[in-house]
Amino acid sequence: MLYFSKIRIILIATFTTIFVYIFLSNFIKFDDNVFNKKINLGLDLQGGSYLLLEIDNTPVITQKLQNTIPELKKFFKEKKINLRNFKIVDDETLIFETTPDKVNEVKDSLLKKEENIINEYYPKYRAHKFDFSVDQNLFKLNFSKYGLVEIKDSSQSQALETIRRRVDEIGTNEPNILKRGNDRIVVELPGLDDPSRIKNLLGKTANLTFRFVIKGSEETFGSEKLEFEDGSEEAIVSKRIILSGDNLLDAQPSMDSETSETVVTFNLDRVGAKRFGKATSTGIGKRLAIVLDGKIISAPVIQDAIVSGSGQISGGFTFQSATDLALLLRSGALPAPLNIIEERTVGPDLGQDSINAGIMALAIGFLLVILFMFFKYRIFGLIANITLILNLFLLVGILTLFEATLTLPGIAGIILTVGMAVDANVLIFERIKEEKKGEKNQLIAFDSGYEKSKTAVIDANITTLIAAMILFFMGSGPIKGFSVTLGVGIFTTLFSVYFIARLLTSLYVTKNKHKEKLI
Amino acid sequence: MNKSVPFNKFYRLFNIISSLLIVLSIVLLIFKGLNFGVDFKGGTLIELRTTDKNISVSNIRDSLNQLNLGDVSVKNFGSEQDYLIKFEKKDFNNPDFISDLKNKLASSLGNGFEFRRVENVGPKVSSELLKSGIIAIALSLAAMLIYIWIRFEWQFSLGAILALFHDVLITLGIFSLFGLEINLSIVAAVLTIVGYSMNDTVVIFDRVRENLKKYSDIKIFDLTNISINETLSRTIITSVTTLLALFSIFLFGGEILKGFSLAMILGVFFGTYSSIYIANPILVFLQVSQKTILKEEKD
Repeated sequence: MLYFSKIRIILIATFTTIFVYIFLSNFIKFDDNVFNKKINLGLDLQGGSYLLLEIDNTPVITQKLQNTIPELKKFFKEKKINLRNFKIVDDETLIFETTPDKVNEVKDSLLKKEENIINEYYPKYRAHKFDFSVDQNLFKLNFSKYGLVEIKDSSQSQALETIRRRVDEIGTNEPNILKRGNDRIVVELPGLDDPSRIKNLLGKTANLTFRFVIKGSEETFGSEKLEFEDGSEEAIVSKRIILSGDNLLDAQPSMDSETSETVVTFNLDRVGAKRFGKATSTGIGKRLAIVLDGKIISAPVIQDAIVSGSGQISGGFTFQSATDLALLLRSGALPAPLNIIEERTVGPDLGQDSINAGIMALAIGFLLVILFMFFKYRIFGLIANITLILNLFLLVGILTLFEATLTLPGIAGIILTVGMAVDANVLIFERIKEEKKGEKNQLIAFDSGYEKSKTAVIDANITTLIAAMILFFMGSGPIKGFSVTLGVGIFTTLFSVYFIARLLTSLYVTKNKHKEKLI
Repeated sequence: MNKSVPFNKFYRLFNIISSLLIVLSIVLLIFKGLNFGVDFKGGTLIELRTTDKNISVSNIRDSLNQLNLGDVSVKNFGSEQDYLIKFEKKDFNNPDFISDLKNKLASSLGNGFEFRRVENVGPKVSSELLKSGIIAIALSLAAMLIYIWIRFEWQFSLGAILALFHDVLITLGIFSLFGLEINLSIVAAVLTIVGYSMNDTVVIFDRVRENLKKYSDIKIFDLTNISINETLSRTIITSVTTLLALFSIFLFGGEILKGFSLAMILGVFFGTYSSIYIANPILVFLQVSQKTILKEEKD
């Protein structure tokens, strides 16, 4: 156990030097550009906001069921089957009836596997888009588990894109936007200490439509009663959509030169411009409601035909609200409303305080352990301490190499590693002491001390590794950072104990083998 | 031979004490329960720092009580000027909630304060976090059980796992007794305790197994004592260095890590104790002998 070949010594030395270099690159700026990675600081250390958003897919599901009605009608009409009494119940079930003699035919069409255009079959899940049940001539249609998965996945991807555009527009530095599960999205915004604006922006679906106001005060089949944004009045608005947010090319806040009011100006794509031109030329004198997320922003009276494809929205905006509205319109609508279900925000000065406290605790813990080991083992304590320092460099070096995220619990993990890392050396040293009692030859005692303590050292470290791995897979955020440092710490500890410390021990012992009391 | 400590003389005494502590902890956990933080209960946590000397716990509490936030708790957090506010919030979906709250507080307290940290956890997330925390702890216990079973024999596995239950239960019992907050970092601490306590037990077990092979004529009752003594200085040194590290986190690592490091300190203490006084007596109780090991090796 004590013999090291030259090549091994060189390998160990090189490996260690590389990681010391990587460790130092966090603190010293090297000009050579060989290595310019840095350890990432978690939101709890650098300050920032973490938001967990959940997509409310209910409206999407209802809408998709709604869209299924005409498809089904059309499909079965071609087969001369008449479906009637369509109804959507509980936002998730579509009910319809057919004549009793056609029940089996409808059933067969819904169950078909190849090229089923009304109830798509997913070979990868071996399931249809819809599950259904039949009660006499009454059909009940639900999205199957996998049909829901498809819907959720696609609305999650769309939402992610929209969120990314909105967050990018605000210009926070290095935002991190990730999917979680199939209906959640994590938004991490480093450096942001007040997320209220972003929460406002993400909380809006930003579904924009232009629709005519209908005279009268009662809702009819093709119209609905909507409130104004400021709650001042209500109006009956047609359900027919003239323009939607999809037709917008650009939107910007600006100042109306005549009224000196803050407005949002917009440009339309070709289709949108055409429709807008037609609607405004035929509708002169009518009121055109601009509806955002089910509320009327404003409903101006059309004075002239607008054929240029650009226009403006006024609605008593402040400059801030006009800027936000323009931003929302530019970045497009979310497929479904989002709910913020978790939020954690740390101010930058608390983050800095945490870093300071963490470093302080690390320094003191480190110092105490080093002093203790030195007094307990003297020269071997020194070896253990050099190992411990290099272990720390290796640990931080590896975290840097993988650009891991360091959190406050992560720092605690490093300190804990410092406390526990000496355990391996202690196990070995104590074993050597025991071996020396029955063995005259010191070299053999050292050798068998290393050999016999091996299983205990490895077993002891594996148990901690198991705990760290479970934490890694089950934990979230800062806690994950703890499990990473704890887990990586075990590997660096084993390396430093079995290569660095053993090498140092071997060098010392072979030089001083004739000394009476080595340890 | 060095002077050896007759640990085995006190097996019975400490087993009775441990049993009592476990029963007491279970009673506390059932009847008093745990003080779950916002991570597991849901609600809002605000860390507030004041620059105005006139702001105190009582006037923060008074101004918050006027806002109808439900059960509000306000207490000092570390220093004189830092406060921790907790309440179960109702309207989770208002994105301006925190800024509104700040404005309302400012109107009654003045502007001499700032929010340093805000955590909002919805009921769905908190129940998921609680569930995954419990699963993580259960999983780690199961993983340890299996690992020891593979490495040793079932008698050892049982001893180690009972020692773990003992450590986790008593640590949680103490948290319940003093009403200390249970949050995500406590779960991390409990898992680390599981790892540490196991580590300690394994080292002694490793020695017990070695000695079982070496001495066929020594009864397990004395054999465990020999093994404990042989590994004693290692047990003490490792506990000391780990505790040195933990105490420096506890004292200098800031308020946020207080609960975590306290749980770990308790865990290291009970982990070390249980390795000696729970894990080993189980081996004695199960009458582990040289045969136990040799049988395994024949297989």
